[in-house]
Amino acid sequence: MTLPADALIRTEGLRLDRGGQRVLWDIDLTLRRGEVVTIVGPNGSGKTTLLRLLIGALVPTAGRLRRAPGLRLGYVPQKLRLDPTLPLTVDRFLGLPRRVPADAAARALQRVGMAGAAGRQVAALSGGQTQRVMLARALLGAPDLLILDEATQGLDQPGEAAFYRLIDEVRRTLGCGVLMVSHDLHVVMSASDRVICLNGHICCEGAPQAVSDAPEYRALFGIGTGGALALYQHAHDHHHDHGHEHDHGHGHDHDHGPAHARPDTDSEGADSEGTVSEGAGFEGAGR
Amino acid sequence: MLDDFLLRAALAGLAVALAAGPLGCLVVWRRIAYFGDATSHAAILGVALALALQIPVLAGVLAAALAVALAVSGLGGRYYGADTLLGVAAHSGLALGLVAIALTAPASVSVESFLFGEILAVGRSDLVVIWLGALAILGGLAWRWSALLTATVNPELAQAAGFDPRREQLLMTCALALLVAVALKVVGALLITAMLVIPAAAARPLARSPEAMALIATALSVAAVGLGIWASWRLDSPTGPTIVSAAAGLFVVVQAVRPVLRRGSWF
Ligand SMILES: Nc1ncnc2c1ncn2[C@@H]1O[C@H](COP(=O)(O)OP(=O)(O)O)[C@@H](O)[C@H]1O
Ligand SMILES: [Mg+2]
Repeated sequence: MTLPADALIRTEGLRLDRGGQRVLWDIDLTLRRGEVVTIVGPNGSGKTTLLRLLIGALVPTAGRLRRAPGLRLGYVPQKLRLDPTLPLTVDRFLGLPRRVPADAAARALQRVGMAGAAGRQVAALSGGQTQRVMLARALLGAPDLLILDEATQGLDQPGEAAFYRLIDEVRRTLGCGVLMVSHDLHVVMSASDRVICLNGHICCEGAPQAVSDAPEYRALFGIGTGGALALYQHAHDHHHDHGHEHDHGHGHDHDHGPAHARPDTDSEGADSEGTVSEGAGFEGAGR
Repeated sequence: MLDDFLLRAALAGLAVALAAGPLGCLVVWRRIAYFGDATSHAAILGVALALALQIPVLAGVLAAALAVALAVSGLGGRYYGADTLLGVAAHSGLALGLVAIALTAPASVSVESFLFGEILAVGRSDLVVIWLGALAILGGLAWRWSALLTATVNPELAQAAGFDPRREQLLMTCALALLVAVALKVVGALLITAMLVIPAAAARPLARSPEAMALIATALSVAAVGLGIWASWRLDSPTGPTIVSAAAGLFVVVQAVRPVLRRGSWF
């Protein structure tokens, strides 16, 4: 298997079994420099597992995986899970594993809207603030490939919009590739060059518009013939469902209230309060 | 009056305290106290092995601790959490070891000295071995500190940064086995985990960074050794348990003064 000149990572027939069950199979994937690729898929469809395979944290059961030599990865996990017995300030965290100059750290924090947070304890940050700090850390490594696992969870609405603007800017300035997992189907459509619809295997992939029209995608996400509006309402509904089994059989036709009142995905109730009150988006949200 | 054997005891305790400080922090950050128990209880099996094969006790203990540590590291599966399996390993290792010693050891061998240590009986050659072991642990931790810390914060962050977290875990495993081997004579198999966990736990409220916590834990550990040896000499109490009691006392003192320290953490 050869790696095309601008390719960062390539997989062929990648497969992973866990506990005697296949979790991922037939994954053929090429990620390129300067490209924003988004993986969408229901809970348990193997999105996180695929990212962990790509960074080398899991060993594939079968198939091949190649990384460009010397590839620098920036990884933002779905959740940090910091043990409370580990005292860790934001600036120390940014310097893991390699220390960074204080001014570079300050600039990275500024960029993600956490200016002035360098001395705060990571364990005391809200879910959204932790996501921002993890993104700042990933950016400090000047990655060739930025990998984000549901990085907008816990971010408030302006924070989320600013997040996608920042990703776009980073892609242009660093020229890196971006691979993200997202539940924000409606945002994904505008922020990505390519969308991969995953459900154990790659159901369909391509330009956002092409994927959203693909029958496989529409079947997976239970979208009928309602067109774009149904897609939006579904995406919206998706958030309310998060954390439970997906129930695609009903609930797509009625309104779910104002778009701004969405709860956090995956995070505790306490987080949503903290992040909503941050309000100000990506600049000036860190105190 | 500082007798020769007291000086040797103090130096042996100092070596263990220096290694146990930072290693103990990693143990509590990674929540693997039970892993420490499983490894240190295996030391009793190692003693039985050494007596049966007539090899040096230290070699038997190191081999047994390393074997058990490697066997149980990363345990956890479909039906049990890691702590349950490690609890099973820790306690069965201890029971088996006691049975094995009873079957193999001559009557002159005191099991108690292996369970609770006999720091006052540390000889010159013991001292050399203990210091070499402690320095090896400190050197290994210092060499890999950044990678170890990253893998402790989040294994995937370490992986993405180009470090294999399994390698860092292996280093932790070897360091723990080595500590068990050198601390057996000082605090005994039953209380080695105490010397890892208690000073680290006591240091937590006083620290704002991982490095500060490691340093404070080491200082508290050294203080506990000093206080413990002094108190056991005055009270004529068993030295290993007295050292651990002193560490527990320091933990309680830190909890008591915590509200006062809260406003500005020192480090
Ligand atoms: N440690 C594990 N052991 C066994 N199965 C796992 C493990 N982690 C994840 N899985 C399984 O792999 C599947 C995909 O999980 P994951 O990648 O986390 O999904 P997603 O991120 O898309 O929600 C799930 O069905 C889950 O049950
Ligand atoms: Mg996931």
